[in-house]
Amino acid sequence: MKTTSAAQRARKDIATAWLLLLPALAFMLVFTVYPVLRSVALSMTKYRMGMPAPEWVGLDNYIRMANSSTFWKVMQNTALFALMTVLPSMAMGLGLALLVNRRGRHIGFIRTAYFYPSVMPMIAIASVWMFIYMARNGLFDQMMTTFGFGPQDVLSNRTTVLPALSFMYVWREAGYLLVFFLAGLQSINEDVLEAASIDGATGWKSFRHITMPLLGPTMLFVSTIAFTNCFKLADHIIIMTEGAPNNASTLLLYYIYQQGFTNMNYGVSSTLTVIMLGLLLLVSLPRFFSQDKKIHYA
Amino acid sequence: MTLKKLKSGSLSVFSVLLGLVWLTPLVWLVGTAITKTSFHMSFLPNTSLTAENLKYVWQTIPFGQYYLNTIILVVGTFVIQFFTSTLAAYSLAMFKFRGQGLVYVVIFMQIIIPNDVLIMPNFMTLSDLGLIDTKLGVMIPFLGSAMAIFLLRQNFKTIPRALGEAARIDGANLWQTIWGVYMPCAKAAYMSFAVISISYHWNNYLWPLIVTNSVTNRTLTVGLAYFAKSKEANMQWSNVCAATLIIIAPLMIAFFLMQKQFMNSFISAGVKE
Repeated sequence: MKTTSAAQRARKDIATAWLLLLPALAFMLVFTVYPVLRSVALSMTKYRMGMPAPEWVGLDNYIRMANSSTFWKVMQNTALFALMTVLPSMAMGLGLALLVNRRGRHIGFIRTAYFYPSVMPMIAIASVWMFIYMARNGLFDQMMTTFGFGPQDVLSNRTTVLPALSFMYVWREAGYLLVFFLAGLQSINEDVLEAASIDGATGWKSFRHITMPLLGPTMLFVSTIAFTNCFKLADHIIIMTEGAPNNASTLLLYYIYQQGFTNMNYGVSSTLTVIMLGLLLLVSLPRFFSQDKKIHYA
Repeated sequence: MTLKKLKSGSLSVFSVLLGLVWLTPLVWLVGTAITKTSFHMSFLPNTSLTAENLKYVWQTIPFGQYYLNTIILVVGTFVIQFFTSTLAAYSLAMFKFRGQGLVYVVIFMQIIIPNDVLIMPNFMTLSDLGLIDTKLGVMIPFLGSAMAIFLLRQNFKTIPRALGEAARIDGANLWQTIWGVYMPCAKAAYMSFAVISISYHWNNYLWPLIVTNSVTNRTLTVGLAYFAKSKEANMQWSNVCAATLIIIAPLMIAFFLMQKQFMNSFISAGVKE
């Protein structure tokens, strides 16, 4: 048997550890860490297609954004879209989870029905809903006509386009969030609820004072996912509206895409990317401050 | 007691009805794809069955090629992630070393920053590497997966060290230990990781849209979007539905067959990449 000193073995272990990490870490450094740094650097440059190299301009791009009405329009849309999707899809997801949190004959079918939109690509969903929302002949307008409201053509109307997209999104996201609430509900000890019911707390009372507080960590985690998911989405805009009418449906990620890949303005696109990163960091903070780390991957 | 029964009974009926409402878009999609074109959209198809739409789009769009491309990308990504993540997860679960904290920072960064947000800088990197319009270019940002590493690490940690040590004493090398002891014990985690990775990359759109610009590399989602926005598809919902059905079918069928596995995977992954 070879004799190796403890120090030698420890050194060997460290080398092995880094060697094993290396492949994954290299990809993550090049495609997650480096692009963040690169966005920050490019956000302070003027850089368009045709320019040989980026030109340092300091905070000019940020100042331009602050003075641009389109930028503020996009931020407003993004905030509105978040407002109209995050809480509703969480409430809906929790509601659906409560509905399917039991055993029964049809429960598998029902869960499948609520969850399947999460397994469909967003562009497939967008293609279908584009027809649902289509002017006059679409399902929605036909319903409106039947009820005497006349065709609405919701996607071409400045005031209805975002609510229409939000409705579609909530339909899809609620089923996804359902699974996390379901896991949260199932981790609640049944004895607690039983004890409460013996003490006379049933129905709404028991939900309000027992279930909800125990779901706290799940709520926190789900809200992070819900915000992140609604910010990271541009597929539906590309298919359904391309930001029309008059930028009424342009969301931040679509704007990044448009500036970078249609207008070929890399500097501004990077500035917008940095702003997006700020937003993502903001909505992820609760995750780091939460006490119960276990819920993250429970 | 009867009141309670009535209440739970009406809840069941309500949840089934709501489920049917949820299914409407899918039912309409499938119904429209397999029936003759009508000029008004109706909840349920009211024209006769036909395979014409499916045949038409299959001949108009190079779906065969897109299928092949997508399968290569999905399988390729998963296989490489499988190795990189297993090794990294083993390292994080087994060793303690300086700098480990920083590695976790990188992992959390990837978990909170969805890849789609970094399209601009990553596209530049890809162009520096000369990987625009290549399959490797579509895969490369995903080859180190924080989600998979974290998931596997959590699982490896629950496996008693003695098991691995016993294998080492019996003369197994590091890879044999991982392959023979750790991987079989973490089967469930690997299943979740596979489901998440495959469905994410089957459905992914924005990144492949940006990276590819030829039929030989385009994915199904990009091909569908091309078709849905083209002149041939203009207002032809039966054809767009047929094309959509063709691209969602494999994953949907897998999901309907393994509903429980899918939902558990999404829970245990906690995050879509």
